[in-house]
Amino acid sequence: MEQMQKENYFFHTEKLTVGYNGVPLIQDIEIGLKKGEILTLIGPNGAGKTTIIRSMIQQLKPVAGVVYLEQKPMKDISGHELSKRLSVVLTERIRPEMMTCREVVATGRYPYTGRFGILGEEDNKIVDEAMELVDITFLKDRDFLKTSDGQKQRVMLARAICQEPDIIVLDEPTSFLDIRYKLEFLSIIQNMSRKKGLSVIMSLHELDLAGRISDKIACIKGDRVDRFGTPEEIFSEGYIQKLYDMDVGTYNEKSGDLELGKVEGNPRIFVIAGDGSGTETFRRLQREQIPFAAGILWENDIDYSAALALAADVISVKAFCPISESDMVRAKELINQCDQVICTLDLENLGAYGDKLKELYEYSLKK
Amino acid sequence: MQSDKNYKRYITAYALLIVLIGFFLSLNICIGSVNISFTEVLDILRGHGADSIHNDIVMQIRFPRSVATILLGGALALSGYLLQTFFHNPIAGPFVLGISSGAKLVVAITMVYCLSIRGSASSLLMILSAFVGAMISMAFVLALSRAINQMHMLIVGGVMIGYICTAITDFIVTFADDSNIVNLHNWSKGSFSGITWQNVAVMSVVVCISFVVVFFLSKPMSAYQMGESYAKNMGVNIELFRVLLVLLSSILSACVTAFAGPISFVGIAVPHLIKSLFGTARPIVMIPSCFLGGAVFCLLSDLIARIAFAPTELSISTVTAVFGAPVVIYIMVRRKK
Repeated sequence: MEQMQKENYFFHTEKLTVGYNGVPLIQDIEIGLKKGEILTLIGPNGAGKTTIIRSMIQQLKPVAGVVYLEQKPMKDISGHELSKRLSVVLTERIRPEMMTCREVVATGRYPYTGRFGILGEEDNKIVDEAMELVDITFLKDRDFLKTSDGQKQRVMLARAICQEPDIIVLDEPTSFLDIRYKLEFLSIIQNMSRKKGLSVIMSLHELDLAGRISDKIACIKGDRVDRFGTPEEIFSEGYIQKLYDMDVGTYNEKSGDLELGKVEGNPRIFVIAGDGSGTETFRRLQREQIPFAAGILWENDIDYSAALALAADVISVKAFCPISESDMVRAKELINQCDQVICTLDLENLGAYGDKLKELYEYSLKK
Repeated sequence: MQSDKNYKRYITAYALLIVLIGFFLSLNICIGSVNISFTEVLDILRGHGADSIHNDIVMQIRFPRSVATILLGGALALSGYLLQTFFHNPIAGPFVLGISSGAKLVVAITMVYCLSIRGSASSLLMILSAFVGAMISMAFVLALSRAINQMHMLIVGGVMIGYICTAITDFIVTFADDSNIVNLHNWSKGSFSGITWQNVAVMSVVVCISFVVVFFLSKPMSAYQMGESYAKNMGVNIELFRVLLVLLSSILSACVTAFAGPISFVGIAVPHLIKSLFGTARPIVMIPSCFLGGAVFCLLSDLIARIAFAPTELSISTVTAVFGAPVVIYIMVRRKK
């Protein structure tokens, strides 16, 4: 895990303990990020991600410990000062009456306007640019309450952006977005962090996205931060399954693929697969609740992880190695036990190592 | 541009409200048990009044009463608007939350006490008592809103507090000295009658100062409409802001109760009607327009209260309820959808 180098951090926590009414929920949180980095909190439902976020943005009084912004304890920064440096997108549903989306976005200019909150020309320009950036210009005259959840979320992002913060905190920002806008949303955030040096703290449910966008990830489990580090350090094999206490199904840290639980029992079908051709068949058999075996797969084949997750039995060969005779014998034994053999490979167009697979298929036809 | 269109609408709506105030103000001064023509009223105002009785009716009765109606009606609507903002609840208001009734109770106690000892009670003392009563009710409502985090239950709780206060007030009024009862009875039902220029002077100071303070709160109010968390993130000092909202709404409704007794539904109906008229809920637009709207609403209601069954005068709440209650029902039905 990464060693804390607090003096380099733009934002960090020190022995932060959060909870409600003085009752600690998560203790001794020590996480931080440098300017322009993206920190993501992941963890099971109810782990306390929102509680940590609310404590970090001074909405909830920490039970103990300190939150620092540029080495300054955040509680010593005035509300007005902080509002120019930190903006938020929260899960809290807002119900502003009779406000157009543009008016909602414009509330982000609050810290910069005068006593009566009248927008100047500059403010209007920044509001329009923020809406343009998030691709919601077409919503500007629409009643905020009459937009979809995903559109609301983008409006709230534009609002947070036009607050011109140094650091933006987002609580599950992608929850209501479809895949297109999930990616767009995160790429806007990534752009702003890479190009403008915006620091980002967010909680995400999508582990695959978290692994791709984050510079740092903090995993919340039980009463502590279980792991804190780079995605490479966090997404080591099997960790996610432990983090979420998954009993059913599997999560592939490399691909982000989720598979349902395998069907146990004696295999009834043997699938000769490879080159990614078999995964769909594996999933179909899982849906039909038929136990099956798969083989012979090289361990670097893209079918391999799905086979491992779904098949009752897998015959595999180390990457870039030839298929040995003993593997062939085992495969033939398995085929003998099965009622049926499915071949998803295009046997006519295989390379030199494919001959063995062809042999296996011909063997099954004779039976 | 969108904003130009909005400004045109705002200006038209403001102009409409001001014209309506002028119109109803004239009617209130001209019409009554004795009808006085508009030209005669103008003469009286210029100091050329020929008839001394008419002169007194206009200058000592109808004119101060109408000015008070404008000020108190505005104060009431504004108080309702502040409470709606505070509770994020469109049917909150000083009457349904029992704040008017609490003020009424303490004012009744003070009045009975003062009248029996000294035979009179000063305007300022009345406002203070009303404010104390309003704050006591407000404290109950706030405690309730913490205990039960549901909007309709809050209203039910407020109505209950209102009933309790009204019951105790009735009890006090029943057992007060005979000579005081007539005075108290009218007042405890809500009425703009019997207001003097001296009363008007006191209430205009209280209402105008409160109005200015409220107007200066329009910016944090607009942030507060986005919910507390976002408001806090925008740098609003939530605790201070909430205290100010409670104080101001209590002062405004206390002032109304001290002079005119409890008046129902104005605080809910007017802000709603104004929102529809202006097509916005922006506090900076709403604050002055609610005030003007409340004035129009109360001028009209008082006119009807006085002339509908003349010479018998209805209590003002009877009239405001007829117009206001349907608006409240409409809001509830629409929100349910």
